[in-house]
Amino acid sequence: MEEVAPAFETALEAKGLVKTYKRVRAVQDVSLVLRRGRVTALVGESGSGKSTVAKLLARLVEPTEGEILLDGRKVRRVREYRRKVQMVFQDPFASLNPVHTIRYHLTRPLKIHKRPETPEELMERVQLPADFLSRYPYELSGGQRQRVAIARALAAHPEVLLADEPVSMLDVSIRLGVLNLLLDLKERLKLAVLYITHDIASARYFADETFVMYGGQIVEGGDSESVTQQPAHPYTQLLIESAPDPERSVVALDAPVEEVAAVSAGCQFAARCPKVQSRCWTDAPPRSDVGAGHWAACWLYVEAAA
Amino acid sequence: MTFLLRRGLFYLITLWAAITANFLLPRLLPGDPVQAMITKLGGRLNSDAMASLYILFGLDEKKSLWEQYVDYWGTLLRGDLGLSFTFFPTPVADVLSQSLPWTLGLVGVTTVIAFLLGTLLGVYAGWKRGSWLDTLIPVTTFLSSIPYFWLGLIAISVFSVTFPLLPASGGYAAGLVPEFSWEFISSVLEHAVLPGITIVVSSVASWILGMRNMMVTVTAEDYVLVARAKGLSQKRIMFAYAARNAVLPSISGFALSLGFIVGGALLVEMVFSYPGLGYVLFQGIGAKDYPLMQGVFLVITLAVLVANLLADVGYLLLDPRTRREG
Amino acid sequence: MNFKTRLGLGILGFFTLIAVVGEWIAPYDPSAMGDDLLSPPSGAHWFGTTMTGQDIFSQVLVGTRGVMVVGLVCGVLATFLSILVGVTAGFLGGAADEALSMLSNVFLVIPALPLIIIVASMLPSADTVLIAAVISLTAWAWGARVLRAQTMSLRRRDFVEAARASGERTWRIIVFEVLPNLTAVIASGFVGTVIFAVMLQITLSFVGVVSLSTWNWGTILFWAQSNQALGQGAWWWFVPAGLCIALLGTALALINFGIDEYANPRLRKVRA
Ligand SMILES: Nc1ncnc2c1ncn2[C@@H]1O[C@H](COP(=O)(O)OP(=O)(O)OP(=O)(O)O)[C@@H](O)[C@H]1O
Ligand code: SF4
Ligand SMILES: [Mg+2]
Repeated sequence: MEEVAPAFETALEAKGLVKTYKRVRAVQDVSLVLRRGRVTALVGESGSGKSTVAKLLARLVEPTEGEILLDGRKVRRVREYRRKVQMVFQDPFASLNPVHTIRYHLTRPLKIHKRPETPEELMERVQLPADFLSRYPYELSGGQRQRVAIARALAAHPEVLLADEPVSMLDVSIRLGVLNLLLDLKERLKLAVLYITHDIASARYFADETFVMYGGQIVEGGDSESVTQQPAHPYTQLLIESAPDPERSVVALDAPVEEVAAVSAGCQFAARCPKVQSRCWTDAPPRSDVGAGHWAACWLYVEAAA
Repeated sequence: MTFLLRRGLFYLITLWAAITANFLLPRLLPGDPVQAMITKLGGRLNSDAMASLYILFGLDEKKSLWEQYVDYWGTLLRGDLGLSFTFFPTPVADVLSQSLPWTLGLVGVTTVIAFLLGTLLGVYAGWKRGSWLDTLIPVTTFLSSIPYFWLGLIAISVFSVTFPLLPASGGYAAGLVPEFSWEFISSVLEHAVLPGITIVVSSVASWILGMRNMMVTVTAEDYVLVARAKGLSQKRIMFAYAARNAVLPSISGFALSLGFIVGGALLVEMVFSYPGLGYVLFQGIGAKDYPLMQGVFLVITLAVLVANLLADVGYLLLDPRTRREG
Repeated sequence: MNFKTRLGLGILGFFTLIAVVGEWIAPYDPSAMGDDLLSPPSGAHWFGTTMTGQDIFSQVLVGTRGVMVVGLVCGVLATFLSILVGVTAGFLGGAADEALSMLSNVFLVIPALPLIIIVASMLPSADTVLIAAVISLTAWAWGARVLRAQTMSLRRRDFVEAARASGERTWRIIVFEVLPNLTAVIASGFVGTVIFAVMLQITLSFVGVVSLSTWNWGTILFWAQSNQALGQGAWWWFVPAGLCIALLGTALALINFGIDEYANPRLRKVRA
């Protein structure tokens, strides 16, 4: 039944997520929708709260505020939720337990979620030879490990796959292979994929829809083509200017930590924005449409819309 | 400040736990040795002493456990620890107050010496790691594996029996009266040499080893490498950078292992018949003198907790940023 | 494996063997009195004899078992307790951690020796196994403290999060994901506990609160001390047992260094 579901149907919906760690606001008021058969990119620099969003969606951390709907309803039982929402971590060197074989890593989720597949079939899906099953993680390369991590996530037969910077720790030469694998799996299994990255160029290639995050908030969103080709928000524009060479970042590498007490009333980006206006300091910018299904939270577009 | 408050609270809880254990033990374990003792002593006990023994050892079956507990605290708070059977009819509190200074003096001084000496040697061994000093590790390990009391026996056998250089037992020469005179004090010092050296030798090794390993870890840290790159003098780096950071865990370790060290030191007192708490405890064991044994336990616990608090203050002084977990 | 570790394992193996076969290879009944009173080591009595003519060599051989049994039993019991408390505290964090850490620290700070002496002398029959159980109750706290710290650093690792994300239950994560990564720490805690237990048992025998009906190295020392072996110059009465204790302790400590160096690459590099 899952296989015949129509494409682009909403799989996971987050409404007004807020996560506060002691005095740090990691995520403030994030809403987004993941659809089946679609890849949604979440782009932002280090510390902008991307991983926190992923962990909130994976229910690895409890949101301070907000709710998460899976197939339109709140799921009470965590295990049922985990069967449908799986996650791939950023660092394949850390996400596999060094003391267990690859087979153990794949057998466990199959057992937990009572799936009929075998570890061999999972390995085939991620294009790894079955004789790797008896190996330990340290005997595999980074790319191979990440494929194992993907296979483990697929074992539960999920609807939603949360991929937190799945290729950022890998060699440039093998990144494309892993991304293509994810694309292929998305098509075949009609997965709703959240693709987290700080590389906005890869979002264009890989994602149908792109959201840009800054300081714990989503500041721009729309289909990937228009967000990356006609960025509206000044922050997105900066990101793209620095994109060809991620080393030569125009903006400082780390977003400033947002202290709860110090949250400014106005735009989070004001201090670094080249186009800052006086009201940016005092009033939070509302979302404005800047194209078909493309919006930005910035005062520059408020008159344009009005 | 919150650090000291937290620690203080922890010590109060520990003290409470020790006292409550002391209260519960004779009530939980079978057999009624105190009752037997009282029967044996017959009419020689006066009614006051009888009453406090009844309260301390739960011989009054008619009262509920809670009532007994309240009475127990009341008795303790009055400083009444019952009568000692061994030193009948001296109250336990009096026996303890006579022997406590001996233990504090001997154990306090030797523990501090062992800690300082071991830390210094450990700093040096860690700094010079890979050199010939490393061959000393198995030797120190062997020394730290020798039970305190056995080392004491050997010391007596060599320095008192084979070569009669130093006295083998007691706290001062027989026939002297405790007073503030040179004769008395020199006799005290003379009697403290063998037990003191025994304690230092058997406890110094663990400090050396612990400190050496901490130094090895710390000298690989960035700030030490930076200090080296800056060309600061070796000695300066060794003490101001590496040792200062390496010694902090050592101090926490010191505080926590104090209970253990004191146990060993009590044994040394037993072997040397040194007039401190350990020897008193030893005499109590033979006579199954429970009031005395329990009193010794309480006093030692209290002393260890106070020493811990002092170590905490030392820790604070060395590391003002401290915010350690309880 | 380096020389030190192998030496440690060799000595430990030797004592284990003695513990098993000591009773059969002992030339005399350790309690039987003989005609040679207080005689120094000789061909007939390798370690000499006691005041009542008992063969000290036989006493040491037969006494090995009691020592090793207590070490093993305490090692197992106390290690189990320390895993239970330490790993739980480190993994759960929060109030559970506060409470369990407090518990282990209380046990660490209270001077164990006088407490155990009291308990042992109150017990109606202080035989080997009972003593081992009592010692275990005071020996777990240090291991728990170390395990807690290690567990806390493991808890936030991605593979633990990943196991949670794939739907593993908490107890399974603790037992199958976290524990296997603590093997080295647990092993070194086990060895440390055995040292502690052996020392404590010998001490308790020496001060005479443990049943004297079974032989161990501590009871030999107890008889030596209570018969003034020192004053009579009978060094052979207390030297062999003491050396055995120190040798066993050294062996265990050397094994522990081996484990530490294996687990802490920085110490290993230094040795190279
Ligand atoms: N467990 C935590 N406790 C306290 N603060 C946290 C915790 N996790 C994240 N934060 C803080 O929340 C903010 C967002 O972190 P997050 O890991 O979500 O960023 P990110 O966008 O994934 O960055 P990166 O690209 O480096 O992975 C950061 O300021 C971080 O310090
Ligand atoms: S709202 Fe103002 S400060 Fe914020 S991005 Fe737009 S122009 Fe810049
Ligand atoms: Mg991240």
